[in-house]
Amino acid sequence: MNGAALLSVRDMTCTWDGVHGCRDISFDLHPGEVLCVVGESGSGKSTLLQAVSWQVRPEAGSVWYDTRDAGPVDLATLPAARLRLLARTDWGFVRQNPRDGLRMQVSAGANIAERLMAVGQRHYGELRQVAGNWLQKMEIDAGRLDDAPAAFSGGMQQRLQIARNLVTHPRMVFMDEPTASLDVSVQARLLDLLRQLVADLRLAAIVVTHDLAVARLLAHRTLVMRGGRVVESGLTDQILDDPQHPYTQLLVSSILQS
Amino acid sequence: MNASTSLIQVRGLGKLFILHNQGGIRLPVLRDVSFDAGPGDCLVLAGPSGTGKSTLLRCLYGNYLATEGSIRVRDGAAWVDLTGAPEQRILRLRRELIGYVSQFLRVIPRVGTLDVVAEPLRERGVDAEAARAQAAALLERLNVPRRLWGLPPATFSGGEQQRVNIARGFIGGHPVLLLDEPTASLDADNRAVVVGLIREAVAAGRCLIGIFHDEAVRDRVATRILSIQPAVLADTPE
Repeated sequence: MNGAALLSVRDMTCTWDGVHGCRDISFDLHPGEVLCVVGESGSGKSTLLQAVSWQVRPEAGSVWYDTRDAGPVDLATLPAARLRLLARTDWGFVRQNPRDGLRMQVSAGANIAERLMAVGQRHYGELRQVAGNWLQKMEIDAGRLDDAPAAFSGGMQQRLQIARNLVTHPRMVFMDEPTASLDVSVQARLLDLLRQLVADLRLAAIVVTHDLAVARLLAHRTLVMRGGRVVESGLTDQILDDPQHPYTQLLVSSILQS
Repeated sequence: MNASTSLIQVRGLGKLFILHNQGGIRLPVLRDVSFDAGPGDCLVLAGPSGTGKSTLLRCLYGNYLATEGSIRVRDGAAWVDLTGAPEQRILRLRRELIGYVSQFLRVIPRVGTLDVVAEPLRERGVDAEAARAQAAALLERLNVPRRLWGLPPATFSGGEQQRVNIARGFIGGHPVLLLDEPTASLDADNRAVVVGLIREAVAAGRCLIGIFHDEAVRDRVATRILSIQPAVLADTPE
């Protein structure tokens, strides 16, 4: 494993049925780095995200993570309880549909405070204050703290989902199509907010998207997937301005306006 | 110039584009380009349109992948080969060593002009106030009206965007700075400001490599001229 990497993936294969999924994936992700995984539907990019974040156990290969307390560990060797703690404190998961990542029955404030309570914080006043601060950071009026997320617009729900994940100051965030469920008019705002957050908090992130404009704006590096394999990887601006692989050239030439 | 004083060494650089979705057309753009450049150089790339001058700059920034040859840059005591360096290394070189002023500003939605210009310093860990103060000084010098500083540059005129772009390129103080027609859409007064910035950078020992179609500007800034020949004609003996 590369000494400076936060996450190291080596020869990882993960399939659903022995055929579909992702194969022979290897990459390193360093602290503060944003990596976009692009490709068409069925290219294996969401499977890759689930496997590197250990939501699904890969069939072959390894995923190493540089833990705060014990340094780099092979995730396959961690007991379930340690994995759960890691997922709930050091990692964040942003789903495409905010309804899948939020608890819709409880208030916005409770959604944000949940992860803090899971790591033992109990002081009601402090939890409320932290939740209110996060709402404001996400450009949501703090007066909405007691409203249920169902009363929020799609863009606000997505921002709430991000706040809920970042409240424990994770070092690594996994995002699956974070802007795809939003109207174009609110996508730019969310992207800009994400861009600022990853820079300010020095977050490492893996973002799955089919939208190359998202990669251009957010990602330092990009992996291009097709048929379960990485066909090209490099600096995002190099991939988009000088694509090498025929499939990447096709993707880039299909952008409406650059 | 000898190797110990240069900052960048290019040897046998070639760039071939293969358009896979257009019948595999092969477009050779650069062939066998070699040069050294060091502190205090303003190396001007000369040649007709379409000879690959912009392509060369983009290769030097790692934005285009070189097809053959090597691009080595000196980072302190160590030489780094840009053509084989890991992505993280190239990102670090861009933060600390190699700056690039493109022909057009790539606008980021919702980010105001002052922060667009300050960003290269912020990425290097300079605190927000100090970075913004430097950005303000550069924008002032480039005659970008103060009332625009808080606005994202998306709606600015071509000349205003280009000056924002120049400020963003110069603010980082990169030892190597690549300039792709920085004065193309500027009026005479602002051209003079940019010429002043370039001459100061060269006097301060920075290494500039640029494309300038305006001959008056070229004559005022160039310390050396590198003539770029079209790759397709390069087979013809001279």
